[in-house]
Amino acid sequence: MAQGAELRQKIKETMVEELMLDFDASEITDDIAIFGAGGLGLDSVDALQLVVAIEKHFGLKIADAEKAKGVLQNVNTIAEAIEKEA
Amino acid sequence: MRSILITGGNGGLGLGIGRYFLDQEADAKVWLGVRANRANAEALAAEFPGRCTLVDLEVTSKESWEAAVATVLESDGRIDVLVNNAGLHRDHLLAAMPDEAWSSVISTNLDSVFLGCRAVIRPMMSQRFGRIINIASLSAILPPLGQTNYAAAKAGVVALTRTLAKEVARAGITVNALLPGYIATEALSHMDEEAAKRAKAGIPMRRFGSPEEVAAAVRFLACHDAGYVTGSALKIDGGIF
Repeated sequence: MAQGAELRQKIKETMVEELMLDFDASEITDDIAIFGAGGLGLDSVDALQLVVAIEKHFGLKIADAEKAKGVLQNVNTIAEAIEKEA
Repeated sequence: MRSILITGGNGGLGLGIGRYFLDQEADAKVWLGVRANRANAEALAAEFPGRCTLVDLEVTSKESWEAAVATVLESDGRIDVLVNNAGLHRDHLLAAMPDEAWSSVISTNLDSVFLGCRAVIRPMMSQRFGRIINIASLSAILPPLGQTNYAAAKAGVVALTRTLAKEVARAGITVNALLPGYIATEALSHMDEEAAKRAKAGIPMRRFGSPEEVAAAVRFLACHDAGYVTGSALKIDGGIF
């Protein structure tokens, strides 16, 4: 299992591919907000797809909305949750 | 291989849809969701060994849905098509409708579709492919007397279909509804000759539809090439409007 910078890069690539984002993975910083106007601007439909993609590619199950709120803040929080479960 | 789950798999329409897929697609693997009555489904499965399998499914139970979908995924590793076909009538004029007639019809025709769709959405998202076909009814838009429960449930299915189609469009999943009119299955067998004659007189094509004609529409909506068709509600009724 990738960790650190390599893991964060894989998360960004997964987001771009699975959510069909029209920008490059290199444009996503580790701490940019995933949701909301000041960040990547993703919505609740993207959130569900992201939950499914994270489980598929990294084996991390996000079972409820409360956990999702904590994990899906930015690339760093996703990476930390994956590393914690590994 | 395409993995296809059809609810109401022991009834005339469910069997017709299953048989159509099995006849038309050599790589179709059909799962017939059944409850206690399963003799007809077992007969179809016997005709297509290895390609048609029964799976226990109580469509109004969340746990039963989870178990059935898990069975399909363990066997096939994927689920490509869900046909929500199970349903029932309990016709009464509203003023005389027993509570149970309302709740059982809403539960079997509408709750079941919600539970089924929810059970398959994540695996389909993970595949980035899915086809959901909800069998509604012409009653959703042209309800006859005595069907406030059934018409409300089927109109709910159409609304659910349109809403869900928007929610999952980006994930490669399409969701569509079919609205069959009079289809020649055992559900019409209670109709006496005179009533059948009157019903046919109200249909521009002057005949009932066949399960195969519904199945053909299901198969179209389930195919890869129908990938841009979603949120639709297709009438199959011989021209009634």
